[in-house]
Amino acid sequence: MTDAPYPTEPAVILQVNDLAVFFGGVRAVDGLTFSVKPREIISVIGPNGAGKTSAFNCITGFYRPSRGTVIFRHENITGMRPSKVARRGMSRTFQNLRLFRDMSVLDNVRTGLHARLAESFIDTALHTPRYRRAERGSIDAARGWLDFVGYASSEEAFVAELPYGEQRRVEIARALAADPTLLLLDEPGAGLNRNEKQGLAELIRGIQNLGIAIVLIEHDMGLVMDISERVVVMNYGKEIADGTPAEVKADPAVIEAYLGTEET
Amino acid sequence: MARLVPPPPPEHAGARRPNVWGFMAPPPAFERVETGPYLLRPRVFMNALGAICFAFAFLLPFITINAYVISIATSAVIYIMLASGLNIVVGYAGLLDLGYVAFFAVGAYTWGIMSTRLHWGMIESIPVVLAICVVAGIVIGGPTLRLRSDYLAIVTLGFGEIIRITANNIQVTGGPQGIYGIPKFSFLGLDLSVPITIGGIVFQPAVSYYMFCVFCMAVAVLLAARLAKGRMGRAWKAVRDDEDAAEAMGINTYATKLTAYITGAVWGGMAGVLMGSHLGSVAPGSFVFLQSALVLMAVVLGGMGSTPGIVIGALVISLGPELLRGFGNGRYFLFGVLLIVCMLFRPQGVWPSTWRLPFLRSARVERVDILDDSAGNLLDRTDLTPQAGDDTSAEPQGGGR
Ligand SMILES: Nc1ncnc2c1ncn2[C@@H]1O[C@H](COP(=O)(O)OP(=O)(O)OP(=O)(O)O)[C@@H](O)[C@H]1O
Ligand SMILES: [Mg+2]
Repeated sequence: MTDAPYPTEPAVILQVNDLAVFFGGVRAVDGLTFSVKPREIISVIGPNGAGKTSAFNCITGFYRPSRGTVIFRHENITGMRPSKVARRGMSRTFQNLRLFRDMSVLDNVRTGLHARLAESFIDTALHTPRYRRAERGSIDAARGWLDFVGYASSEEAFVAELPYGEQRRVEIARALAADPTLLLLDEPGAGLNRNEKQGLAELIRGIQNLGIAIVLIEHDMGLVMDISERVVVMNYGKEIADGTPAEVKADPAVIEAYLGTEET
Repeated sequence: MARLVPPPPPEHAGARRPNVWGFMAPPPAFERVETGPYLLRPRVFMNALGAICFAFAFLLPFITINAYVISIATSAVIYIMLASGLNIVVGYAGLLDLGYVAFFAVGAYTWGIMSTRLHWGMIESIPVVLAICVVAGIVIGGPTLRLRSDYLAIVTLGFGEIIRITANNIQVTGGPQGIYGIPKFSFLGLDLSVPITIGGIVFQPAVSYYMFCVFCMAVAVLLAARLAKGRMGRAWKAVRDDEDAAEAMGINTYATKLTAYITGAVWGGMAGVLMGSHLGSVAPGSFVFLQSALVLMAVVLGGMGSTPGIVIGALVISLGPELLRGFGNGRYFLFGVLLIVCMLFRPQGVWPSTWRLPFLRSARVERVDILDDSAGNLLDRTDLTPQAGDDTSAEPQGGGR
């Protein structure tokens, strides 16, 4: 079980050092360095193809970095299997929703509790008291998270039947069910309307209030500037700025590289 | 200057608390109530339906004791068991296994050798068969489950053939002739190979053995369905639906696939034991690729990952050719055409896993307000002050396995 964030939690929970990942000639990420403190909300921004998702994939273990290290809560997790990283308290969502299509919403969220359930094969087969406790506890926890993220549809629904915004919520609930210390959200606001975005900002603050640190990839500048404590800006795999929203907004390199290339 | 007052703990200290069950989660903001008549709640109804089907199958000998019918029915029951094992691998874990009959062979041969050559009884043999199936599952699954699924299909196909050809060519399995004279079970003083009289009713060996098989099949189907609903079952389905997302949830996808494969191996091996005793012999000819394909067809036709589906599928596959006997030599052709038509009109299977009987759809879980701030005041809800009755010292749900 993840320890309470205080007092054992280090001052910096995530330290990314000179991270790089290359695909053949493509330098998707090339020298990314940043750190995350407990309860912090950090945004990673950058134009399309800047390497934000690739950076997430390196941090969570889906890609093996070509260079650099990732230290999570005092432990070097570089190159570690994603499931192991997840069990250490790092949870994520995906840019393109990746829910389990043929499972109910409730079961989707319950998979997040996988590592926390003390239920053996024998327990499941014989429906022992331990199984019943795990069963009811995990259902209760999943419902708690669904209510927390403001999911309002049926918990027995299958993912395909749900509106997009609800699917996004389920994915966040599923990530939260894993009881993370650090939550990585890859464009959670993509495809949401203004109203839903407002709800998302509130939700992210609510998650922060639980003592969970958040790294957020987001294109919506309003949202980013509104909720982040710090912003990391990437372009062509390189990190071009790291600072408070105000600092980043004023940074000429950012204006040049990021805002300058923005259409409209 | 020394501080007189200790610094206040950071705001987040203890912000997260376990719920009443010891899980780190906010308490639900709504109460859930199941609506609809009790009998029409899906879980209740399906359990009742299963029990009725079991009772019908178990009591079939009281309707007929025609030797042909009982023999066909025994095979059908063993097929259901086989399909339920393959369903774990293909339906739940999404691993395309084209050589599943290998485990059927392993079980049948192990039991055959142990009973005829070593003269072991059933009680001693079962654990050995189980162990050998687990080992076979690890040996075959261990390296192959690291492969992508299309390669997995080809490699399992190869292993299926290897087992059969090996059995065909070595001494201990009796070569092409196979093993004869495998006894029916006898255990706890109950010998199924002689007629048994209970309360004035005489049970012929074939009949009592049929009933024994029905019992074993019911246990196998029930256990598979239970496993599918538990922690490991959810992991199997998660891996099937999206491997990366499953990994991100802390599920070790390789280990998860291996458990599904081994469980499937055990189910197949047990079905093999039953088949060995049913036929009284095992020979390599029973374990050709066609057998694997037929069982797979039972699962796909019935509905992958669906318990009622695979029972129907296995019944169709095993009884279909018999029911079409009237059509003479053309019956397999006709059977094939029927299957194709069936898959064209219902590619999801006869009873897909996500399908619910129409009259069960009215029952649902509904939310009822319990907090007055349920109007969506999220920030208030996240303030997790423990409520009366909150047991924060609840036994921690250990991590790890
Ligand atoms: N698995 C991969 N194999 C090859 N190239 C890849 C792979 N993943 C990412 N890339 C490349 O790396 C670069 C960065 O992609 P990435 O998805 O990380 O960008 P991004 O910042 O998330 O963009 P977006 O805002 O569009 O999501 C792109 O040029 C992409 O084509
Ligand atoms: Mg991206």
